[in-house]
Amino acid sequence: MTALLSLENLSVHAGSKPLVSNLSFSLNRGERLGLIGESGSGKSLTSLAATGLLPAGLSASGSAILAGKQVIGAPDRELNQLRGTAVAIIFQEPLTALDPLMRVGKQVAEPLARRAQRDGTPFSGTALDQAVLALLDEVALPDPQRIAKSYPHELSGGQRQRIAIAMALACKPDLLIADEPTTALDVTTQAEILSLLDRLVRTRNMALLFISHDLPVVANTVESVVVLRQGETVETGNVADVFGNPRHDYTKSLLAAARRLDDAMEGRA
Amino acid sequence: MSSATMTAPADKKSHSLALMAGILLVGLHVAIGLLTLVWLPYDPTAMAGGRLEGPSLLHWLGTDRLGRDLFTQMMIGSRIALIVGVGAVAIGAVIGVTLGLLAAFASKWLDDALAATLDILIAFPTLLIAMLVVAASDTANLWSAIVALGIALSAIVARLTRILAKRVLVMDYITAARTSGSSWPKIVAIHILPNIWPTLSVNFALQFGLAVIAEASLSYLGLGAPPPNASWGRILQEAQGTVYTAPLGAIAPGIALVSLAIGVNLLADGLRDAIDPTRRAR
Repeated sequence: MTALLSLENLSVHAGSKPLVSNLSFSLNRGERLGLIGESGSGKSLTSLAATGLLPAGLSASGSAILAGKQVIGAPDRELNQLRGTAVAIIFQEPLTALDPLMRVGKQVAEPLARRAQRDGTPFSGTALDQAVLALLDEVALPDPQRIAKSYPHELSGGQRQRIAIAMALACKPDLLIADEPTTALDVTTQAEILSLLDRLVRTRNMALLFISHDLPVVANTVESVVVLRQGETVETGNVADVFGNPRHDYTKSLLAAARRLDDAMEGRA
Repeated sequence: MSSATMTAPADKKSHSLALMAGILLVGLHVAIGLLTLVWLPYDPTAMAGGRLEGPSLLHWLGTDRLGRDLFTQMMIGSRIALIVGVGAVAIGAVIGVTLGLLAAFASKWLDDALAATLDILIAFPTLLIAMLVVAASDTANLWSAIVALGIALSAIVARLTRILAKRVLVMDYITAARTSGSSWPKIVAIHILPNIWPTLSVNFALQFGLAVIAEASLSYLGLGAPPPNASWGRILQEAQGTVYTAPLGAIAPGIALVSLAIGVNLLADGLRDAIDPTRRAR
């Protein structure tokens, strides 16, 4: 079985400055991988490079094979076929991830209609509306009818993130990339969104690439982790092994910092 | 909390009042402009009374120095102002938005080149560019003036479009649309244009006023609509010599110009508020 996403010595450069160096990992259907590290460690760039969406001025080298196709160096038109079928991304800030001037129902309908058209079964009108409502229901939004007619600014942060997840699901992706999906949310909403993601990844048998700097969240969400530091891979392995028995100093310091925060929160410090 | 709920309806009311005023003012000019196509009180080119008569029941705004009815000319002026404003803004919008989007999407050096060119163009006064374009065409007529003004305005539209589009392009929802497999033309149509439109439309309204005034200036310099096209600028120019004996010839075009420009601005503001869901009363 070939991997869904396979990175082989992937590097991202800004001019001659390396931002991500020689990153390798592979991810199969149904697997869940966490990419952790502090801000600026190249986590998000990795996900953009893997989907061929690096901003202008950045270049990638090495190999990134997504659903059997080489992404690095592929023309945009070919990549476009891959995006929205093989992979979908959920972003950190749900407010900017939604078009402020479009009703959210329409925003969900957009990728839904495109995916249906690519599958050769285009649908529109009432069928499309029904599919949108079904998706909103699947991401556990209350009163889908009303929500579909709302604009993003009329929804709460958690509701917006659910819409963003619905948009990602509309693509029926094999691989879901979640780029710090809960960082902008309060703790209660975080837990809800995480359990929703967990349920969806299981029921739809997707692969999950989970990008985060929040170690407890990562530990509860994924099976294996890659620890990044300034673009370099520091440690990889099973979540329990890496967190339970960190071999690298950087991982140890990350864990210690998380533990100190926990202690402080519980008043033990 | 309570203050927010108190001001929201008042805000909404003043918004819709402004929109109503805009519709009324612009509607008045449009109605008069359309009316001139089928009916005029007097022949605009013939003597209708004595020279420089004051206002009377027969001649509401009096007559000019050739004895032509001023009100008739003002009515035709409405039509010409609307044609010039709509025409120039439409040409400026098509050229400017296209160039602006091109620059926003272009590679760095092409973008820099376009931006520099636009900055140089903007450094010249709109009127000067328009005069150059009119001078370069064989004949000075209404259409050459409209095209000239459209080209002159397009530089401002292009620069605005470029910067607005660049701001939208870095938003996550564009990346999200790209990851879901949307094509660039589609993204421009459903995300970029709607999101830059509110700001652009207000700018178009300002430019409408600018174009009408610039046409008046061109006419004043003899580069606009030639006689017998009674544009407000030409009426103003012709009234110049007699401004102390018959001030109405200068006052009337001025008031007409201002009322149309204000009307268009109110209309654009109101329409923007009506289409932008984040500005509507919640």
